[in-house]
Amino acid sequence: MKKEIVSLKDVTFQYDGQERNALNQVSFDIYEGEWLAIVGHNGSGKSTMAKLLNGLQFPKEGRVTVCGIELNEENIWEIRKKIGMVFQNPDNQFVGTTVEDDVAFGLENMGIPREEMIHRVEDSLNRVKMDQFLSQEPHHLSGGQKQRVAIAGVLALRPAIIILDEATSMLDPRGREEVLETVRALKNEKSLTVISITHDLEEAAKADRMIVMNKGEVFREGTPDEIFSMDEQLIALGLDIPFSVKMTKAFREKGIQLSKHYLSEEELVTELWTSRSRM
Amino acid sequence: MMEKMIFGRYVPADSVLHRMDPRSKLTMIFLFVCIIFLANNWQTYTIIGLYTFLMTGLSKIPVRFLYGGLKPVIWLVVFTFLLQLFFTREGTLVFHWGVIKIYSEGIKMGFYISFRFFFLILMTSLLTLTTTPIEITDGLESLLGPLKKIRFPVHEMALMMSISLRFIPTLMQETDKIMKAQIARGVEFASGPIKNRIKAVIPLLIPLFVSSFKRAEELAVAMEARGYRGGEGRTKYRLLSWKAADTLQLIFLAVITVLLILFRS
Ligand SMILES: Nc1ncnc2c1ncn2[C@@H]1O[C@H](COP(=O)(O)OP(=O)(O)OP(=O)(O)O)[C@@H](O)[C@H]1O
Ligand SMILES: [Mg+2]
Repeated sequence: MKKEIVSLKDVTFQYDGQERNALNQVSFDIYEGEWLAIVGHNGSGKSTMAKLLNGLQFPKEGRVTVCGIELNEENIWEIRKKIGMVFQNPDNQFVGTTVEDDVAFGLENMGIPREEMIHRVEDSLNRVKMDQFLSQEPHHLSGGQKQRVAIAGVLALRPAIIILDEATSMLDPRGREEVLETVRALKNEKSLTVISITHDLEEAAKADRMIVMNKGEVFREGTPDEIFSMDEQLIALGLDIPFSVKMTKAFREKGIQLSKHYLSEEELVTELWTSRSRM
Repeated sequence: MMEKMIFGRYVPADSVLHRMDPRSKLTMIFLFVCIIFLANNWQTYTIIGLYTFLMTGLSKIPVRFLYGGLKPVIWLVVFTFLLQLFFTREGTLVFHWGVIKIYSEGIKMGFYISFRFFFLILMTSLLTLTTTPIEITDGLESLLGPLKKIRFPVHEMALMMSISLRFIPTLMQETDKIMKAQIARGVEFASGPIKNRIKAVIPLLIPLFVSSFKRAEELAVAMEARGYRGGEGRTKYRLLSWKAADTLQLIFLAVITVLLILFRS
C-alpha cells in the first residue's frame, strides 16, 4: 500500500496585501517514493504551495503534515532537513564562493562536524557528477552545472523529499536533460520522493502522478494518462498537450499499438521506425 | 576589464606567504602599519626597507604584477615627495632659484615620508596578492571573534562579505548585459558630453538595482530553505590552520620591532 509522506488538508493561504487567496482549500497527499509533477498556469499557486511544505510560509487555514509531523513554527528546522528545494534561478541560490563551499552551506547550518562535512560534500558532488569542479567559482559554471551543485547541496542533507520549483526552466535542453537525469538516477537509488513543479509537459508526462493547479485550487489529480485525456479542458487552462502525447493518441485511435502508454518524442521515433522495419 | 581590477589582485603561487594563515598575515600587516612609524632615521628606514623587500621576495609575486598594482599609486608617492621637498622650511638652505627654496630637512623628510608610504602600499598589496578574498574574510571573522561577546555581528559581517564576493562577478556580467541592451536602444555610454554620459548611467543602474533586490530576496528564501538560521550552532567547512611558519613570521616581526626601537633616534 502506498504510504503518504506529505499531506495537505484544506490549506488556504493569502499573501499580505493581496485580495485573492493564493491557495484556496487545497487538499491532497503525496506518496512515498513517487514522482509527482505539479503543473498550472503562471500565478496558480504552485510555488506558494512548495513554500508551505517546508515552512517558508504558514497556511492561514488548514494543516500541512510532512513525514507524520504537523508543521508549526517550532519544528520547521526538522522539516527543512527532510525537504530539499531547488529553485528556478541557478544564480540566486548559489550561496558559496566555490562549488564545495556551496554544498557545505546547508551542512554548516545544521552544525555537522567538519570531517563528516568533507565526506558528504565529496559524496554528493560525486553523485551529481560535479566532483571535478570542487573549487570552481560559480561564474565559471553553466546553468545546468549550477543546478546540479544545488541538487548536491540538497542531497548532502540526506532529505526524504526533493522539490524542484521550475528548476530546469532557465536551462537549455541539454542542461535540462542533465539535471532531470541526475534527479531520476538519485530517486531510484535513494527512494526519494520528487515533487517537480514545471511548465514542461513533456517532463510531466514522465511523472508517476500529476496535479493540475488552477487559480489557487487543485483542478485535477491523476496519472499523466488521465490528465492528458481531458485535452480540451487543459487547453482551456492554458496548458498544451505535448506533441508526442497527441501523436501517441492519434496512433492508438488508428489502431496502431505502441509498447508504452506515453513516449517522449525520441522514443516515439525509435519505436515507429523499428516497428516499420519489422513489417 | 573591471573584473581584472578586482580579481587580478590575487596571484596564485606556491610561496611561504601564500601558505601562511590569513590570521597571521592580517596581524602582521596590522603590526607593520604601527611599527613603521617608529622609523625616524636612515638606519631604521633601512631596516624597514630590507624587511619589506625580503617579504616581497618571499611572496614570489612576479615584478610585473607588483608594478601593475602599484602603478596607480606611484604618482601619489611622488606627489608626497614633492610636497615635502618644496614646503618644508627647516634645516639649511641647499637650493634657491626664484621662489623655489629647498632645505636639507625637506629633502630628508621627502625621502622618509615617501618611502614610508611606498613600503606601506607594498606590504598591504602583498596581503591581497597572496591571500584570496575569502581567506581574508575567514581570517577577519576569526580574529574579530571575541567581539561577539559585545554583540558585534561578526558572523553576519563575514557572511555579507562572502556573499558580496560571490555576487560581484555575477553582477558584473549582468551590468555588461544591461549595458549592451541599452546600447542597442541607442544609449551612449562612451561618447558625447559628460552630462549626457552621467545621465546614461541611470538606465543602467535602475535595472541593476531592481534585479539585485530580486536576487537578494530569492537568495534569502534559498538560504532559509537550506536551514540557515544565523551564526549560532553553525560549524565551519573552511579550516584555518596556524602553522609553525606563522609563529616564526610574527617572532621575526617582533625582532624587527625591537631593532627599530634600538636604532631609532
Ligand atoms: N511574495 C508575494 N507577495 C504577494 N503576492 C505574491 C507573492 N508571491 C506570489 N504572490 C501571488 O500569489 C499568487 C500565486 O503565486 P505563485 O508564485 O505561487 O504562482 P506559481 O504557480 O508559482 O506561478 P509561476 O508559474 O509564475 O511560478 C499569484 O497571484 C502571485 O501574484
Ligand atoms: Mg512559481
